[in-house]
Amino acid sequence: MTTAKPPSMESNQAPSPCAVEPASANPAECGSCAPTATRRDFLKAGGMLSLSSLMGTAALMTQSDDAHAAAEWGEHFQKNYRLMTDEEKNEARLRLERRYSAEYGKQVSVDITGPQPGVLMGYALNIRKCIGCRRCVHACVEENNQSRGTRPGEKIEWIQVLRMERGKFEKEKMDHGYPEGLGIQVGGNAYTPAGQVLEGQFHYNPPAVPEKDATYMPIACMQCEKPPCVKVCPVRTTYREGDGPVVIDYNWCIGCRMCMGACPYWARRINVAPPTLPKEDMNPVTHYLGNRPRMRGVVEKCHWCLQRSREGRYPACVEVCPVGARKFGNLLDPESEVSLILQRKNVFRLKAELNTFPKFFYFYD
Amino acid sequence: MNKLTRFVADYVGYVLKGSPKFYAWMGALSVLILAMLYGFYLQNTEGLIVTGMTSQIHEGLYFSNLVFLVGVAAGAVTIVFPAYVYHHEGMHKVSVLGEMLAITAVIMVMMFVFAHMGRPDRLWHMIPPWGIYSLSSMLGWDVLVLTGYLILNAICGFYYLWCKYTGNPINKKWFIPLVFIAIVWALSIHTVTAFLIATMPARPMWHHTVMPIRFIATAFAAGPALIIIVFLIIRNTTKFWIDDSAIKLLTTIVTWCLGIALFLTLSEIVIELYARTEHANGLYYLMFGLHGLTGLVPWFWSAVVLMVTSFILFLIPAVRNNMKLLPIVCAMAFSGIWIEKGMGLIVPGFIPTPIGEVTEYFPTFVEWLMTFGIWAFGFFILTILLKGAIGILLGDIKFGGQAATAK
Repeated sequence: MTTAKPPSMESNQAPSPCAVEPASANPAECGSCAPTATRRDFLKAGGMLSLSSLMGTAALMTQSDDAHAAAEWGEHFQKNYRLMTDEEKNEARLRLERRYSAEYGKQVSVDITGPQPGVLMGYALNIRKCIGCRRCVHACVEENNQSRGTRPGEKIEWIQVLRMERGKFEKEKMDHGYPEGLGIQVGGNAYTPAGQVLEGQFHYNPPAVPEKDATYMPIACMQCEKPPCVKVCPVRTTYREGDGPVVIDYNWCIGCRMCMGACPYWARRINVAPPTLPKEDMNPVTHYLGNRPRMRGVVEKCHWCLQRSREGRYPACVEVCPVGARKFGNLLDPESEVSLILQRKNVFRLKAELNTFPKFFYFYD
Repeated sequence: MNKLTRFVADYVGYVLKGSPKFYAWMGALSVLILAMLYGFYLQNTEGLIVTGMTSQIHEGLYFSNLVFLVGVAAGAVTIVFPAYVYHHEGMHKVSVLGEMLAITAVIMVMMFVFAHMGRPDRLWHMIPPWGIYSLSSMLGWDVLVLTGYLILNAICGFYYLWCKYTGNPINKKWFIPLVFIAIVWALSIHTVTAFLIATMPARPMWHHTVMPIRFIATAFAAGPALIIIVFLIIRNTTKFWIDDSAIKLLTTIVTWCLGIALFLTLSEIVIELYARTEHANGLYYLMFGLHGLTGLVPWFWSAVVLMVTSFILFLIPAVRNNMKLLPIVCAMAFSGIWIEKGMGLIVPGFIPTPIGEVTEYFPTFVEWLMTFGIWAFGFFILTILLKGAIGILLGDIKFGGQAATAK
């Protein structure tokens, strides 16, 4: 709440995404969940660090190629982020700020704010409310500096909204069993994919949403408490942060893609080419473990907008959702929206049988 | 020390000398190797976009070859094991050739790892003390066992050659234990590679217990199949004679292991397709196609035809004892397993994706170029290693310079 909004958010196509908090979205409990109170509760400290990093950038910004080359060189031999001392983290940050500022022609800040004590981030999504507009997908791309390329594999989106058929059971199909004409039926052919969670399709393009014959199921990184992706990483470049999100040190990633194979939610993407990120579209407010521009050959994923959430702000997808289907907050705070949802609503975790224990919950009212 | 420099000089000198045919062979391989280097350059400037891999299907031809070649490396144990455990005379004479093949295969695996990585320039991140070694990662374990296997085989193989070269007796006190460690280690490399992909519940196609034994069975079919072909080439092109008994034992091993592999494949098909859950979608895609996409169907059925036919042919004595027909049957088994365990196992693991998206993967020209280049690189190394080893076994290279004539 202390920092300015990143410019990318101001140009968002959604009509004033966060000005009106979706109080109407949750009629059952709208009285108790005043949005401003929740935000204040979510994070009390931490905002000032990113301001200081902005000032640092201003002082150190150089446009020369030498600085660029030196920054690259230093970047290549730096340690795994988690093992760096505070001093080394700061050096790495300044190096990156110098390089990004030169590369994108504007002052770029790289936040290194760590996890805040007493905070465990959690997310809840009301699937009853989702209308499949995919504003979250686009807001996420703008906020998090994903590659915008057009060649196959070059365009990266972290959120997928799966379109699911409502299905249709017809009278004529009742007797279409199999085997036909051979006595007792083994099964029928009257089934439809109604309500099938993972036969989803996210390449839909209707003139208007929501469609009559479809429901929607947004999916992104579940920030598991037992993340299989972290377990398989051979260089420990991806790990769970103290406040919950699973993050990646893009500078340490070797691009082996084991994590992508291990993820049961298809949450991770590989940069098959140097990311296409036009200067004017680049969001200069970044976090080292969050939305800073990535490089060729590394894996990336949702991190619940660390650059925002550690400043006490909502992730971009939460802010932009026009129907208030997305809720975010501190699981350790019993009064936070997410905690209240877990207490009062019917919630479920996706693929719970895999024991990944996501901190991303689906619910309905 | 003097002996060692002489050894290196004699070895290199012997390997470099050859007929025009030899130079033509090495020259042709070099062209492919250069093409491979260009592929590496492309992948590390433009990125993996020059390959057919995407975020949906992010392991392809490289990973397939990697998995397959780990099997070939492990397959070398089918020579060493009978030689040292069953004291098989014919095998004992050629066991060092098996070690040379293992060295080559592991080096090829490492090349395919380099080709597969998004950032090969950062591979040092895996190596302590500069990097981090993660014990929880199967890939970490795979790197460990592969490196260990390479070192073990290099020590065992070259120490044996060194003794032959100098005429010193082999110090059995440490050599024999080391050979036995290498034998067990061979099993470990392929088991860990199976664990690598079978420990991911996110990919139901791979997530079952039959994987390690299936890997071992196919490895002990494909590995010796290649060795038989190489042995027959050696018999025909050099003065070095490899006993029929060795080739026949290898043929038996190939036949049995191929039969077990076919049985395991059949079991998997029955179990998966009987229940036909969503977890069988990958296998169904492989066998029949899914949502109209049938890219791997011809691959799978050609692998089935190759493996079944070669298995039946192996069972016919008139075929398996015919040294003219045998290499053809071996090549059929080898290529059948290459398809089944390579593209046929790796790619359907990603189809559909965990969120149900069905996409296809087609290797690009760059990927084929790289693959052929790495295989050429492998044959290049194998030619050198085998030529040197045979030279020493024949007594052509010997300490003191008196070139002994071969028997």
